[in-house]
Amino acid sequence: MKKLCFRISVLVLAFLMVSPILSDNHESSILDKVKKRGRLICGVNKELPGFGYLSQDGKYKGFDVDFGRAIAAAVLGDPDKVEFRSLKAADRFPALQTGEIDVLIRNTTMTLTRDTANGADFCPPNFYDGQGFMLRKKLGITSLKELDGATIGVTAGSTTELNLADKMRTLGIKVESIVFEETETLYQSYDQGRCDAVTSDKSQLISRRASLKNPDEHIILDVTISKEPLAPVTVHGDNKWNDVVSWVVYATFFAEEHNITQAKVKNLKSDNPEIKRFLGDTGNIGELLGLPKDWARHAIGAVGHYGEIFERNLTPLGLPRGVNKPWTEGGLLYAMPFR
Amino acid sequence: MEEQVDIQQIKPPTYAKGPVGWLRENLFSPWYNAILTCVALLFLYFVFKGLLTWAFTEAEWNVIPANLQLFAIGPYPRDQVYRIWICLYILSVLLGLSAGVWRGIVQRWTIVVGSILLVFLVIPFEIVQREDSHLVSIEFRFNLIWLIFESRRWLLGDVALLIGAFFLGQRITRLRPWILGGWVLSFPIIMFVLHGFGENAVQTSMWGGLLLTLILAVFGIVVSFPLGVFLALCRQSKLPAIKWVSTFYIETVRGVPLITILFMGSVLIPIFIPYFTIDQVLRMMVAITLFSAAYMAENVRGGLQAIPRGQHEAAQAVGLNYVQSMMFIVLPQALRSVIPAIVGQFIALFKDTSLVYIIGLIDLFGVAKSIITNPVWLGRHVEVYIFIALIYFSFCYAMSKASQEIEADLGVGKH
Amino acid sequence: MYHASNTMAQNSTNIPFWRDTRVLKVLFQILFLLGVFLLAGILYANMLKGLESRGLNLKLDFLRNEAGFDVSDSVVEYASSDTYLKSFYVGVLNTVRVSLVGILCATVLGLFFGIARLSTNWLVRNIAATYIEIFRNVPLLLQIVFWFTVFGSLPAANNSIELFNAVYINNRSIHFPSLQQTAGFSSWVGYLYAAAILAIISVFVLALIFYRKHAERMKEGDDNRYFMHISRAAKWSAVPVFLIVAIIGWFFAPESPFVLVRPEFQRFNVVGGIRFSASFISLLIGLSVYTSAFIAEVVRSGIQAVSKGQREAARAVGLSTGQTLRLIVLPQAVPIIIPPLTSQYLNLAKNSSLAAAAGYDDLFRIGKTIMTQAGKEIPVFAMIMVNYLTMSLTTSAAMNWYNSWVNRIKR
Repeated sequence: MKKLCFRISVLVLAFLMVSPILSDNHESSILDKVKKRGRLICGVNKELPGFGYLSQDGKYKGFDVDFGRAIAAAVLGDPDKVEFRSLKAADRFPALQTGEIDVLIRNTTMTLTRDTANGADFCPPNFYDGQGFMLRKKLGITSLKELDGATIGVTAGSTTELNLADKMRTLGIKVESIVFEETETLYQSYDQGRCDAVTSDKSQLISRRASLKNPDEHIILDVTISKEPLAPVTVHGDNKWNDVVSWVVYATFFAEEHNITQAKVKNLKSDNPEIKRFLGDTGNIGELLGLPKDWARHAIGAVGHYGEIFERNLTPLGLPRGVNKPWTEGGLLYAMPFR
Repeated sequence: MEEQVDIQQIKPPTYAKGPVGWLRENLFSPWYNAILTCVALLFLYFVFKGLLTWAFTEAEWNVIPANLQLFAIGPYPRDQVYRIWICLYILSVLLGLSAGVWRGIVQRWTIVVGSILLVFLVIPFEIVQREDSHLVSIEFRFNLIWLIFESRRWLLGDVALLIGAFFLGQRITRLRPWILGGWVLSFPIIMFVLHGFGENAVQTSMWGGLLLTLILAVFGIVVSFPLGVFLALCRQSKLPAIKWVSTFYIETVRGVPLITILFMGSVLIPIFIPYFTIDQVLRMMVAITLFSAAYMAENVRGGLQAIPRGQHEAAQAVGLNYVQSMMFIVLPQALRSVIPAIVGQFIALFKDTSLVYIIGLIDLFGVAKSIITNPVWLGRHVEVYIFIALIYFSFCYAMSKASQEIEADLGVGKH
Repeated sequence: MYHASNTMAQNSTNIPFWRDTRVLKVLFQILFLLGVFLLAGILYANMLKGLESRGLNLKLDFLRNEAGFDVSDSVVEYASSDTYLKSFYVGVLNTVRVSLVGILCATVLGLFFGIARLSTNWLVRNIAATYIEIFRNVPLLLQIVFWFTVFGSLPAANNSIELFNAVYINNRSIHFPSLQQTAGFSSWVGYLYAAAILAIISVFVLALIFYRKHAERMKEGDDNRYFMHISRAAKWSAVPVFLIVAIIGWFFAPESPFVLVRPEFQRFNVVGGIRFSASFISLLIGLSVYTSAFIAEVVRSGIQAVSKGQREAARAVGLSTGQTLRLIVLPQAVPIIIPPLTSQYLNLAKNSSLAAAAGYDDLFRIGKTIMTQAGKEIPVFAMIMVNYLTMSLTTSAAMNWYNSWVNRIKR
């Protein structure tokens, strides 16, 4: 009886360990997995207004979120077939590596280490940023050297944390860095005067400045200490999937270059052979990517072209386009030929 | 001998009489108690003054009613909310029936739950919110149209079901086994209803708020208890292999913080088990349960050790085998004596669910955090924290009160 | 079916081995162990495979690489150019620091509220009960975050609260003045040595005098009394002698051995003195208040476990309330209190892993930072686990030893 009891219990325990909702992981590419699942899982930020945040009705919104929706539309034909997972800076790479998420679009800076050692593959940057500093106007500071002895806030697990330490070492000044897990706590603390300055991507600084108590009291220093190309990320080694995400990003660039807007794209008929290829009216670029013929139509139809995404999410926060303009207008956005 | 006092004549010492007597007895009796009372009164004065001034002049409580739904269910799709009501209905019917059938503690607590629901139903406020802006104003006014609000109608149905089921339960007492079965089945059924299937499935990453907190806690409590008992028995086992392995498990788990276990469940399990993806919420449920089971096992072991050997021997003597003697003789006594510790562990588990926020789930605490992020509610941290602290407190306090009542009912410690 | 095994043993020749319970027991255990090891092996193999496919490994040599990030609260000297290993070490020290200070504060608070909970004063008793109920029924994470937020509403660094021109409090930190050694310190240490020697001599002298005086009675073999005298002599002569000489030394030293370093406000921050950051303080308050609520309950139930008769008997022989508590109740309550108290201490130490919520750089948080920055989840995670386990298991071992010691004394 005792043995039986144990045996049953061990079986139950074993069952408990393996019974969880099972699903297959042996598809060759995440693309196939996503198609089979009928849903894209996208890692985003939920604490960065403009880029990714949870709105009052419980929906994710923002610039990065829109790119996730565009990918879902391109792959599955429906921008709503995407599940967003909110991730902290420190948890995002493990989540990607372990297959928790299909794609990471969470203001993530492309760096060599991350591209290699962290097991990630980067897509073309969808936002070119740089690390800056925000501080109170009344301190009267114009250069970084004057920050000697100050307390500077930064988020944990980010490149900004490393850049800050590097920069201060090269300048030979000593600052006290205070590290926060969450973007929200960082700015809250800054607003309360718990640090003299915050350092982060300039886009973030601008977007968060608007939500400080008295936005006019703060300035963003005219120095940029690093290049921060923010890009969507896929797991290392899945080229097929990386291609899909990359070309969806290019598609938004391309659409802006050719002024293909969300409103127009659905019924757009064009004589331009490149646009025809882009929309899937001729050629087989969809097939090459493993996507439906009209993938770009869906993607642009869901969120609009790059300019529209930008204007919907970032312009209201007072973020200028800066270098995030098409190359035709002197920016850095350069869609590779759809050929 | 005139001065000798006649013992018969001495009056019995008087005990405190009336409010003055009570005051003297409880607040001012020796001189130092009077000083203590004054100090305590001063302390209370400052605390209450500070709190009340803050709560009524500085605090802006708008943030709470405006986000009630977010607190309750987090990012759960708004057009699927009816499922949550269905679950509540199932629970209400079961609760009503049980209250009718069992009376006693169950009935008392059902009345508490029912009256809380009634209060929610009757509070005459409405939240006025314009579509485009985040401006919210709350109007407290009593009018009959409050019934038009969808949640009110659902709630009305809920209360009606609860009361109806209660009277039904009173009539038909032979429902007992069915109700027990219903409780057992209710959890999987509720999970199924919440998740759904096919096109309309609500992925667990969309579960949130108090809903998620409760699901995590209930699953943890329901599963970690038997698992803990099982582990405790294993640790007491005469088979060395079993004893070692369970001791190793219990001590290891108890030796590390919960957050490391959750982190392991979140980040490392996918590395260890790469064949299939296990749902993240499920992993957190399992992690919390496995963690709690180790503590539960130690509590139960305490109870088991307190059972005199004679009980085991007596059980053997009347011919019960191991399982029977454990089930009918030893465990009932052992568990009864450690009810406070076990409920304490349940409470700890409930509080610990807030740690899943660190892993990235949007439980009650996570919702609070994301509301604070919203620029509209800038600087409303303390209000939000106090509100969710109240929610956590009510649940934990209710659990500890219930455990005291159960103890009293079972007459623990009265022998 | 134990009763059956005897009869089985008698005619064991008839029982095939696969029905013999003794054999089956061993077999079952072997199978069970095999299963456990197999499972562990499979998981391990999976991990290796998974790591390999992503180009990662389990080697620890990355620990010698430069960390590159700063740590805000460090007990030892640390710069971003130090290694990962050093940063991890800083994290361990920080965990130990907050745990030890937290344990101290939680014990004081817990004792206070535990005893207040049993007060005869209705108001005090109920305030204590409310305190306990509130703080033990709200999640610790929430409490830490709450204290951190509340701390932020203190004044900013440039108009800190000043107490006695020495203690500075602002929303970033609390500063206490610190003592700094001067050139006079070494000569003062000389005086301290002299003071210690004089104190010892004085005890011997007094002991000798006592011996002379009571030599008669000593011969009757009342050793205990003699030792009592010596200990009293130590108390009444050695301590004053030591203090007097030390104080004389202080004034005769060429320079005051210590100077008081007062914190002062500079361009951005208050600097100098002993600094406790807001993160540390809010974590500390959170941990110690939360744990103190549990300790209060432990203390209360420990005191209540001492039977009422003991207290009444003490009252009957004329002991005062204080004496009853000190001489009768506490000596009996302490052995009951110690084991649950230790487990509360351990809980506090483990709960300090929530430090990140207040922005404090503890072991877990620095570990996590290393994981992300170096991309080495598993080795770092293993290091974290080993640290916590060592901490807990040594404490429980000490606890077990203490328990058996107490039980031996009882016998």
